[in-house]
Amino acid sequence: MATADPNAAAAPPNDSTNHGLRVVVAWFVLSAIATPLVAIFVGRLIPPGNASVQGTEQVFDNTWMLSVITPVICLLVVFFAYGLGSFRATSDAVVDGPPLRNDARIQVLWMVGTSVIVLFLAGFGTYELLQNGAGGGQGPNPIAVPSGSKFQVQVVAQQWQFTYRYPSLGGMESNQLYLPADTDVELHVTSLDAIHSFWAYELGVKADANPGVDNVVFVKTKGPGVFHVRCAELCGLWHPYMFNNGHVVDSGQFQAWAAKQQKLYAAIKPFMDKPESDGGAPYSKTYFPAPDRRAG
Amino acid sequence: MTEAAIAPPPPLWRRLLGFNLLTGIVLGIGGWYVGWYGAHAISGPSIEYFGDTDYNELSVYLAYIGGVIGFLVGLGFLNYPFARLRGYPPSLREKETGGWTRYFGLCTDHKVVGIQYLWGIGLFFFIGGLNAMLIRTEQLSPHSQSFPMGTYLTIVGMHGTMMMGMMTSGILGPFANYLVPIMIGARRMAFPRIEALTFWLLMAAGAILTTTIFFGGFPTGWTGYAPLQTEANAGIDNYILFFALVGISMTLLGLNMIATILTMRAPGLTWTRLPIFVWGVLSTAVLMVLAAPVLVAVLAMGALDRTAQTSFFNAAAGGSSYLYENLFWVFGHPEVYILALPGFAIVLELLPVFSRKPLWGYRLAVAGLLGVSLLSWFVWQHHLFVSGINGDLRPFYMLSTELISIPTGFTFLCGMMTLWRGSIRFTVPMLFCLAWFFNFLIGGLSGVFLSDVPSDVTTHGSFFSMAHFHYTIMGGLVFTFFAAIYYWLPKMTGWELNERLGKIHFWTMFVFFNSTFAPLFAAGFLGQSRRAPVYTGNLKFLNDWVSISAFLLGISMLVFLYNLVRSVAFVKKPAEANPWSSRSIEFQLPSPVPVHNFDRIPVFSSDPYGYGEGPAPSWVVPAGAPAGRE
Repeated sequence: MATADPNAAAAPPNDSTNHGLRVVVAWFVLSAIATPLVAIFVGRLIPPGNASVQGTEQVFDNTWMLSVITPVICLLVVFFAYGLGSFRATSDAVVDGPPLRNDARIQVLWMVGTSVIVLFLAGFGTYELLQNGAGGGQGPNPIAVPSGSKFQVQVVAQQWQFTYRYPSLGGMESNQLYLPADTDVELHVTSLDAIHSFWAYELGVKADANPGVDNVVFVKTKGPGVFHVRCAELCGLWHPYMFNNGHVVDSGQFQAWAAKQQKLYAAIKPFMDKPESDGGAPYSKTYFPAPDRRAG
Repeated sequence: MTEAAIAPPPPLWRRLLGFNLLTGIVLGIGGWYVGWYGAHAISGPSIEYFGDTDYNELSVYLAYIGGVIGFLVGLGFLNYPFARLRGYPPSLREKETGGWTRYFGLCTDHKVVGIQYLWGIGLFFFIGGLNAMLIRTEQLSPHSQSFPMGTYLTIVGMHGTMMMGMMTSGILGPFANYLVPIMIGARRMAFPRIEALTFWLLMAAGAILTTTIFFGGFPTGWTGYAPLQTEANAGIDNYILFFALVGISMTLLGLNMIATILTMRAPGLTWTRLPIFVWGVLSTAVLMVLAAPVLVAVLAMGALDRTAQTSFFNAAAGGSSYLYENLFWVFGHPEVYILALPGFAIVLELLPVFSRKPLWGYRLAVAGLLGVSLLSWFVWQHHLFVSGINGDLRPFYMLSTELISIPTGFTFLCGMMTLWRGSIRFTVPMLFCLAWFFNFLIGGLSGVFLSDVPSDVTTHGSFFSMAHFHYTIMGGLVFTFFAAIYYWLPKMTGWELNERLGKIHFWTMFVFFNSTFAPLFAAGFLGQSRRAPVYTGNLKFLNDWVSISAFLLGISMLVFLYNLVRSVAFVKKPAEANPWSSRSIEFQLPSPVPVHNFDRIPVFSSDPYGYGEGPAPSWVVPAGAPAGRE
């Protein structure tokens, strides 16, 4: 590589092309084409889908965010495609470019632009979150609570399975999750040992299961269907096998299933905590035997 | 000053008997056994007697602490304190050792430490990379097939811990230690022995983490969440000791950098003339000093839970798993900016050289670095959006996390405007810097999804977040790490790297990096959980694609390794003093840089980015001319 001539003058600013205008025009054109395409065709492909109100909301939210970041990507693409093509060194000799050190207008424009995008996204996300909790775990004192009555289920995670307890069915327990269709569901997620995370993928629900903590999450189911439940927080050896199918069924099927489960598990009923109707706590946080420190 | 001033070294056998790496290893192993059996005396039953029903954790801790102390003693870290106690005057005589053996012991020359760091970190980066290959081998099948479950989790944990722990010092270790004193016109770091200590602590830590396999590995991944940490087998003790030592090393490294930059700048080097790389190092060092002690504290609590039956994190006995998560991420989120910020700085440092223009918006660039550094303290609970902690604070953390895009955007703007109307030369370091823009754009924008609570519910704990942080850390840090290697290694070693092989390395790495991690965004959206060797069958094609790309990415690293070994060990083509026509001061010195850097301390009259603004100022003051302090 040739060494720089220390006395070489800077490249004369004889370049009268308005590079900036070209980039801005190309950016506007590309964004105007790409953004609607992304919003219409790509956004709706983003999971988790429409199995619950929260899932639909997440799809909507993801679509909006994709649409907002598409022009940002377009700007960078246009800038680099244009800039790296136009401003490459033409010879092996090392020639200095024009000594541009600053431009306050561009700085202000950039700061205002990024701030507007950021504040919009934060405001939009907050609005969506406060609608109904967006399917995320909200802890023992939820702030975004859907109005109306809710069907309650406790999710008890342990190494390495989930157990579901139905307080409205006399504290019935099952290792299968059945939920009635078109219902507001209130899930109380807790753990007996390590930290787990209850992830009902198609429902758009994710809530960490912490030992000794009642983590509440709301979801409004839609029509009948099957969803996947898995653990989303590394919880030890058989973490990947904390995996099951859950079901959303209409109310007749749900009653039938509940009756069958109650019969199936009648034998262990005396060993379980008392249900709320008998003066017990609504959600037991411990089981017998007590969780062992060396459970791993 | 020159080589002639150094006394001829004693014969080899005599040097092997002194304080060096060999002695350090021997005393380290000795110290390990002293600690191990010492703990038996204190605490009775040990891992050997009771199998997996109960352990004597104390023996593991004391063994490794004894090992580290023995290692440091063997390297000679106690010689100087004892010499001072016996009345000898202060000196830096460890700097004066000559020949290749100074790379294998305690040396207080910041340039030697920089090169030690480069090879040491390179070694552990290689081990971490091999772990990544093993992970992708397992992921070739939706079922658990290649490794037993516990082994797989250990591989995942070692990969993550190795990369996050070691690469924290990936740029500050080799490049800041080597370059900061030169760039600020000093002859050494503020605390040269502490500088050496940070490196050797890191090597001891690496050995500790690697030997976790003898204690059954650990199942927690790099985050080490309690109470899984508390109930795990003895391998987790290695994790705790590793990260605690890394934390101590980081704190000392950061303190040393801050002290050096604040107090040892040459005359005329005002804050607005400081190379942007030094600003990047300073903002990173502040994060290190404030964040790493939190890590050490939380790990100490974890160690007490395991050894002394305290219950910081045990909910059944009044503790809280939230405490661990909170403290870990108070460290953990500044940590990821400790990884990212030096990358920003390297990009901004190199772009002016290869577009032959001054750095555009110097003050804005500095504001960007400091802004990220400041904001990174207010975002950590976005890692806990679905954990149920502080549900009412989620809007705040959503906002603060998204605000970080503003100072990050400053870096993008300054970089892009520096390219604007420049005379761009596509050298290998420049290619890596340009790739940073692409990678960090994808990484940053995918981070917006994770910062937004409704989207985070979908993507949290999935391969999406894994792809996101690989784009920011591998695409942001590792790419700039290689840019720095191609840019500065000729200066550091005095030998040129092959440019053709460098370009092959760049293009294969860039293509296969994207081919590896871009599909993982889709896998995460489709529901693939992190750290799990089992996934649903519909994701097999994506995972096979990713695995094959990852293997090819691994091969591209071998191209680099071949280039490095070939250039440094076999071809040995001497590098020019200033191969890039840079105006930065390190390139005005001979290659490699002489032991004392400058014959006389330079006086600065401008920043190093005056491309196109007339002849470069003469940095190095000729002998006899009026100069700054010696």
